[in-house]
Amino acid sequence: MSTNDQEWPLWEVFVRSKAGLDHKHCGSLHAADSKMAIQMGRDVYTRRQEGVSVWVVRSDQIVASDPGDKAMYFDPAEDKVYRHPTFYELPKSVDHM
Amino acid sequence: MQASIQLQRKPEVQYLLRIGDTTLILAQRLGEWCGHAPALEEDIALTNMALDLIGQSRALLTHAGALEGAGHDEDQLAFLRDERDYFNATIAELPRGDFAFTVLRNLMVATWAKLLWERLIDSSDADLAATAGKAVKEARYHQQHAADWVVRLADSTPEARKRIDAALIALWRFTPELFESDAVDAAASAAGLGPRRSDLREPWLAEMTAVFDEAGLAVPAESGYRSTGTRGVHSEHMGFILAEMQHLQRSFPGGAW
Repeated sequence: MSTNDQEWPLWEVFVRSKAGLDHKHCGSLHAADSKMAIQMGRDVYTRRQEGVSVWVVRSDQIVASDPGDKAMYFDPAEDKVYRHPTFYELPKSVDHM
Repeated sequence: MQASIQLQRKPEVQYLLRIGDTTLILAQRLGEWCGHAPALEEDIALTNMALDLIGQSRALLTHAGALEGAGHDEDQLAFLRDERDYFNATIAELPRGDFAFTVLRNLMVATWAKLLWERLIDSSDADLAATAGKAVKEARYHQQHAADWVVRLADSTPEARKRIDAALIALWRFTPELFESDAVDAAASAAGLGPRRSDLREPWLAEMTAVFDEAGLAVPAESGYRSTGTRGVHSEHMGFILAEMQHLQRSFPGGAW
């Protein structure tokens, strides 16, 4: 990332495609503040009817897991397919879990 | 080379073309920013707005062609008229200038357009009313986007402030034309087609004043100068922009891709 402090900060953009669905991460952009980031998120990421709502968050406010922890964090789940609920018989009335 | 079409100058046709040509020519000016805006995101925003304006122009020119009754479609009206048959307000044809000039002009025109579309929703002409219902949402965003930038620039670095000040001086004298009224406006008002331009003057000034107050800009005194694009008499810039817009249709009549 640029170290030029005249540069606008980076924002992550999340778009909800329709009411009832969740906001999905769709990309990032540079903007001077939150108001501009929302407008630019609208202009850059919803111009083909992709969304009905936009969230933005400063990229430097996101805390991420360390890529170095990937094996320790995520590999142990590999052989535990029984954690999927597909192993349970469900009554018809709750069929679509 | 394709010859020019002859426009039938009916008042209702001219009323629609004043709006549709203003959006058409401003769209062309905004399109000039494609690849040149100060930031990628703003590049997309400006061209998005240009496309909104093209969409509005298409609806208005198509409808104007139908009311004219001479069989002219949107493309013929957009690309095959002589300069004197374009009725956009002169402010739209001024060269794009710098970014401050662009956003201040957008604010002036979008505020005018929003107020106009809000009234055209109640037009006696169902086609125009339907176009207005869609366009008013676009104009609201254009106004908000432009107002936001004007306030930012005016309240920013000395360089940005200097440019906004210069843009205001350059543009202000082209605004009275947006609110003059003549026989075309009187006919439209009488028929319920739409408001007289002069009806929009006070609400426009009120909304502009609100933005200027926030930006710390003083509303300039009204200029005695009157531009005349809405009567078909244009500035020296119009011929150049038309040459660029019309070149393809003139050279390859009916060309499509």
